Amino acid sequence: MNYNWNWGIFLEASPDGTGSYLYTLFLGTRWTIAVSLTAWVAALVMGGVVGTLTTLPRRGWAMLGDAYIEFFRNIPLLVQMFLWFFVVPEIVPEVIGTWMKQTPNSSFWTAVVALAFFTSTRVAVQFRAGILSQARGQMMAAQALGMNMTQSYCYVILPMAFRIILPPLTSEFMNILKNSSVAMAVGLMELTAQTRAMQEFSFQVFEAFTVSTIIYIVINMVIVFGMRRLERWLAVPGFSIDRASEADLRGGA
Amino acid sequence: MFGNFDFQAIVRGWHALIFEGLAFTLEVTFLAMIGGTILGTVFAMMRLSSTKPLAWFAGAYVNLLRSVPLVMVIFWFYFMAPYIGAWIIGAERPVQVGAFASALITFILFEACYYCEIMRAGIQSIPAGQANAGYALGFSYWQLMRLVILPQAFRNMLPVLLTQTIVLFQDVSLVYIISLPDFVTIASKIAQRDNRLVEMYLFVAVVYFALCLALSYVVRRLRARLTIIR
Repeated sequence: MNYNWNWGIFLEASPDGTGSYLYTLFLGTRWTIAVSLTAWVAALVMGGVVGTLTTLPRRGWAMLGDAYIEFFRNIPLLVQMFLWFFVVPEIVPEVIGTWMKQTPNSSFWTAVVALAFFTSTRVAVQFRAGILSQARGQMMAAQALGMNMTQSYCYVILPMAFRIILPPLTSEFMNILKNSSVAMAVGLMELTAQTRAMQEFSFQVFEAFTVSTIIYIVINMVIVFGMRRLERWLAVPGFSIDRASEADLRGGA
Repeated sequence: MFGNFDFQAIVRGWHALIFEGLAFTLEVTFLAMIGGTILGTVFAMMRLSSTKPLAWFAGAYVNLLRSVPLVMVIFWFYFMAPYIGAWIIGAERPVQVGAFASALITFILFEACYYCEIMRAGIQSIPAGQANAGYALGFSYWQLMRLVILPQAFRNMLPVLLTQTIVLFQDVSLVYIISLPDFVTIASKIAQRDNRLVEMYLFVAVVYFALCLALSYVVRRLRARLTIIR
């Protein structure tokens, strides 16, 4: 293999004029984190609502939720990004379309919206599983105490469901971080895109990709650690959540 | 809104879209599914092996690739393939690796991680008594795997393996970032050439949606049929 390693490249000035190559990667990391976090919050809320809808006893709501899930799950994320970026501004009324195209950081918002819709279907499926896994008696007990449907969901079913599905949600959180790299296709200069740019300017392919791979792994580890803390913090004494399935999701020891 | 929707744009590009783009995507998906399942099964057996270095290597490989974005992995293999190729055949300079081969190798190596975890769950779902019974009958490890464990593991995990294949089918679209001629890349080239982005991307979305929906319907039917009532 004749490849010229040059780890000093990171301290050299990058051609975009912002500073060193290392700083360029840092800027990319910041975009990656911003996109992932914003989209994750939105996906949690949307997924929670849709997942709850699919468990309601009303046929109409359940079908609406199922349709949402099927729609946003069966189109590749990249294509969804293109749809939000190129297609939606053209088919909405012109005033809104122009506003969408002229919004500053439009590629950031496109990435957030696409990632949120795509991930929310997976969150919704988890929520549905978490709700359905609870004993029917929970709902009955809530109703017997005089709670209406909204109250039963808000005070009894959903808080427990959220705790049950925290481990699979951890892996969805990691997925949204990884999927945020697709945003480079709509021009967002997130970590992968910055790495690619660095490789094109400096020709130091493997140094650039090694460092950004390590950055992704470190962020992943922070997520796993943080979510585990959250799980322990939220745990209700007496309701132990199956640790075996959690270990399984993380890929075991 | 859809006033100037030009359906002819799709008709004109039909041949390239379906017989080059979609054909490439389906071919890579199908071959990567086969290759990934085989490699994934081997990794699963390694992870469950009592030989520590084997288990460690498979575990490290699977966990590493699963914590890195696929886009990143595609770039890695794209840039590394010429060097690895040169190293294998002992050439002085990096060698050219074709688009199809490089995509296929990337997806086999990447999806093997996910298939590995599925097969591991499948193998572990077989009661330990079956393995003991096999050994008691004098089977070797390979006979036991081939005749007793793996056929049942495959059967139990078939719906999950196919669901992962739907994910793989969608993931193949990401080769767009290295401009390999898959369905999305060809559609976007036509879209930019004819300035027909709306028509092209909507068409791509509809095709993906229809195919994935059909496949997930098959998976659901299969799951209902395969469930063994114990």
